[in-house]
Amino acid sequence: MKLKQLESLLGDLEQFSNPKVELEQYPTGPHIASRILFTAHNSFGDVNGKVVADFGCGCGTLGAAAALMGAEQVIAVDIDSDSLKIASHNAEDLELDINFLQCDVKNLGWRGHIVDTIVMNPPFGTRQKGADMEFLHMALKISSQAVYSLHKTSTRDHVKRAALRDFGAINAEVLCELRYNIPQMYSFHKKREMDIAVDLWRFVPKVIEDMQ
Amino acid sequence: MRLLTHNMLSSKIKGVSNGFPLRIEVEKVIEKQVELNPDFLKNIFPKVDWKALVEAGRTMGFAELPEEADLLMLDSSEFLSKFHHALLELHLEEGALVCPETGRKFPVNKGIPNMLLHEDEV
Repeated sequence: MKLKQLESLLGDLEQFSNPKVELEQYPTGPHIASRILFTAHNSFGDVNGKVVADFGCGCGTLGAAAALMGAEQVIAVDIDSDSLKIASHNAEDLELDINFLQCDVKNLGWRGHIVDTIVMNPPFGTRQKGADMEFLHMALKISSQAVYSLHKTSTRDHVKRAALRDFGAINAEVLCELRYNIPQMYSFHKKREMDIAVDLWRFVPKVIEDMQ
Repeated sequence: MRLLTHNMLSSKIKGVSNGFPLRIEVEKVIEKQVELNPDFLKNIFPKVDWKALVEAGRTMGFAELPEEADLLMLDSSEFLSKFHHALLELHLEEGALVCPETGRKFPVNKGIPNMLLHEDEV
């Protein structure tokens, strides 16, 4: 699949109708989502034939992108049933076969290392401090191959330190800096829209061979 | 919910020491055919908890998996197709997953397990 084609398919997806600010629900735009999965597939071989999980899937854009790029199985996890409804409609519209799971990512009970790759656009931890790090911590525990995640550029040093020192990642690399467009969605947004600088990270987890 | 998902989910209720595997309560099972990919099955086999898969398959009405399995069996296409069917084609559409220690039920509706914990379970 070509990048343009991927981006255009993702552009047709339905987005949040009543976004919930406490969950920091912001859509992952088709531009960013297509580039994340394209890079993961083309530069690192982390998608095709793999089990890919999308943590905090929201409307399911990253999970759908993973399926379109040839993931063998996609597992999309979200705490919010309204999001899961939209995400499953979106999967149906694109005729994609995606496994959904309702759970708070920080309370996930998980065995083994069946999931190869995790792609996520976690809450940035602006409303609920530390939410981004809880997602990253869990992702690095569960995946066996790679974690792709977006974090605010202003937190770069902190993210790197936490991943390598506290969460046992063996590699943490910023692949590129992106402009994340935040439309005026919530009443506390004063501007019509604004761009924030966001890093696309690739982390490599340390896999501890416990089969339990 | 596929048995692939079941094979990695465990109960994380406060105080539970071994929440795996979750028991399955069946209301409705559906089957959806998907293409068999031998390489994928060979890669994932060592990561699967075989006993849990056999038991879950049986609960869902598919009792054809052998009790024990090893890497050599992956050369048999008959074995691969059974493994494929159990892991990827059986879906729990309606029912529940049950914590093996506390008996707490996690509902499965329209194929989506709800693993949300109550406040006092965290």
